[in-house]
Amino acid sequence: MSAENGSDGFVTFESVQKSYDGETLVVKDLNLSIARGEFLTMLGPSGSGKTTCLMMLAGFETATHGDIRLGGVSINNIPPHKRGIGMVFQNYALFPHMTVAENLSFPLEVRKLDKSEREQKVMRALDMVQMGEFGGRRPAQLSGGQQQRIALARALVFEPELVLMDEPLGALDKQLREHMQFEITKLAHDLGITTVYVTHDQTEALTMSDRVAVFNDGVIQQLAPPDELYEQPTSSFVAQFIGENNALHGEVQSIDGDVAVIKLNSGDLIDAKPVNVSNVGDKTMVSIRPERVEFNMSRLAEGSHTLKAEVLEFVYMGDTFRTRLRVADNDDFIVKTRNAPDQVRLKPGSTVDIGWMPSDCRALDA
Amino acid sequence: MTDVQASGPVLAADGRPLKRSLARALRRQKLRALMLIAPLLFFVAITFVIPIGSMLFRSIENNIVGDTLPETVLAIASWDSASGELPDEEVYAAFVRDMIVAVKNKTHTRLGSRLNYELAGISSMFRQSGRQVRKWDPVEDAPFRDKLIDVHKGWGEVSTWALIQTYSGPYTSGYFLNAVDLQLTPEGIKLQPEEKRILIKLFIRTLVMSLIITGACILLGYPVAWLLANLPTRKANLLLILVLLPFWTSLLVRTSAWKVMLQQQGVINDVLVWLGFVADDSRLIMINNQFGTIVAMTHILLPFMILPMFSVMQTIPPSYLRAAKSLGATNWTAFWRVYFPQSIPGIGAGCILVFILSIGYYITPEIVGGTKGVFISNRIAYHISSSLNWGLAAALGTILLVVVLMLYWAYDRIVGIDNVKLG
Repeated sequence: MSAENGSDGFVTFESVQKSYDGETLVVKDLNLSIARGEFLTMLGPSGSGKTTCLMMLAGFETATHGDIRLGGVSINNIPPHKRGIGMVFQNYALFPHMTVAENLSFPLEVRKLDKSEREQKVMRALDMVQMGEFGGRRPAQLSGGQQQRIALARALVFEPELVLMDEPLGALDKQLREHMQFEITKLAHDLGITTVYVTHDQTEALTMSDRVAVFNDGVIQQLAPPDELYEQPTSSFVAQFIGENNALHGEVQSIDGDVAVIKLNSGDLIDAKPVNVSNVGDKTMVSIRPERVEFNMSRLAEGSHTLKAEVLEFVYMGDTFRTRLRVADNDDFIVKTRNAPDQVRLKPGSTVDIGWMPSDCRALDA
Repeated sequence: MTDVQASGPVLAADGRPLKRSLARALRRQKLRALMLIAPLLFFVAITFVIPIGSMLFRSIENNIVGDTLPETVLAIASWDSASGELPDEEVYAAFVRDMIVAVKNKTHTRLGSRLNYELAGISSMFRQSGRQVRKWDPVEDAPFRDKLIDVHKGWGEVSTWALIQTYSGPYTSGYFLNAVDLQLTPEGIKLQPEEKRILIKLFIRTLVMSLIITGACILLGYPVAWLLANLPTRKANLLLILVLLPFWTSLLVRTSAWKVMLQQQGVINDVLVWLGFVADDSRLIMINNQFGTIVAMTHILLPFMILPMFSVMQTIPPSYLRAAKSLGATNWTAFWRVYFPQSIPGIGAGCILVFILSIGYYITPEIVGGTKGVFISNRIAYHISSSLNWGLAAALGTILLVVVLMLYWAYDRIVGIDNVKLG
């Protein structure tokens, strides 16, 4: 019986808890299953427990409670050097006293591979990250992006099945970061390795992952593929944390199947999809994405509720227009519209009617 | 930008060469900087450069013979000491004339002391003869050869005069030769007599013991420095205070404390006897020998090893060790292949500090070293304050300085001096 197939994944966390001081839990009852070959990102603000989870998986922290399994085997008592997990560190942790080739050769030497095999694998790993000619350099002689590639090559050179990455792109500039996001994803998929990636950058998480686990306060708030996470957040935290979000506060006035009427604190009524509100009178935070706000009332269904909005600011962003509105006492209501020939450019000071499809507007916990 | 400027020297806007304009612009700044460090420069010159220079000079300076016996030095120059015959009456007469002046100025005893370093007993010859010569007249009482030999038969020996001739020059290599257990004799450079050959042995002992002390400091200091660098800040600060605590105690007190600990009726021996490891009549001798010096000096110099190692280790991020382990290295391999090489600059700095301090150490070996555990610096101190042979002390000091510089150079060649970091 192979434990990896069926419900059990390649990596599983089973009711894992972690406390550093014996008083507070940094990770609270974590259950997570990662499939073989999957690219899973742990996303969350700092202090949310995501790095702790990664460190427990790598073996640098021990779980206070629970079981972590790799390929069906419990690794709680296996020291880090025997786990065979590749790891890319935040600041790369390339050994400064060794050349690039020596850095890559290190994991092979400790595995007692013979010299010709080592050289061959080092060369292959360097070629894989397009750094073939840099074997003789010291890490200090490389740029940030090059060091990043070497760190990646070093984590992959001994052909681990699982690679952990701890905010590996944090130190790079925007352009390089976007390029490396693409390269890392491609490499991970080409090699078919399982990747656990930790970041606090939601764009990174959305563009790279098969699934994203959003951490907050030691708990996974939502575990879903990027599109689901963005379009169907299941909690107000996720809605706020992922992407840009307009929040309106109010309480449920009536629920009719998939549409609820929400009475906002300002007294206005709007339509929304009830997600985790079920009773009339529940406090709720309504979440609507800036690009799903509609100005053209003819596109809305008959009888939809609309709101009056005052235009406060118009920003030209090139491909999009970004308009800040005052909607139901909220001064920070953002609308993003595509720069198209027929698109209206709203003038600050003017008043417009806005509305949305009830399915795009999610009534979440307050 | 014209082509002329590109090929010739670059000119400033007013047509003067840019280099000169730049130098003018920077001159005020440089002057001000110089003014700021002028007190320090002055202080260093007065307290360091001049004393060191005078010490180096004193080790070869030998004006005393020429100054005290000017005529004799001239007269004796043509005498051939190898002939085995005593010098002419002319030399004796010149010597008496010089001595009359010297006795009047009371400088003849100093010359006697100086020459006594080379030939024992000559000092008293000068003193005895001085009392007689004082009564003589340089013209009426001539000839002097037999009279002088009557005063002291030493004046009738060729070796006495050969010695004066050998040391008549204003400079001498004699002190340096003495410092390495050789002597400059009229017949050339010879080994010192067996019983006087102690300095080379002392030099070697100083170097070997300094190396042992440095090694002991590395072994004891490395784990402490590692702890300091890896403990949580609060505990590390407490430990750092413990490391620095010895600095707040007088060196003499610390050294004396070791005397209390190590002596035969001391704490350690008492405990060993009480535990039954050592019989009461065969208590260990741990003081007034090399062991005592090594123990006490290791203790005293340990902070100088720990502090640079600590400050270097502080700069090594813990992620390196984690990275090594994640790559499959055991704890030991991770330490030895990744952590240790990065801590070498700290060890280097600590070694240089401890070795150079210990090679010139004086107080501790003096107190706990007995006769077998003393260093070359104790010998230098003896020649400065007791035997008053400052020339020899200066020569020993110079050799010590040169040895340290040579070791420093060797270190630079082998390890590289830019590999030394104090933090």
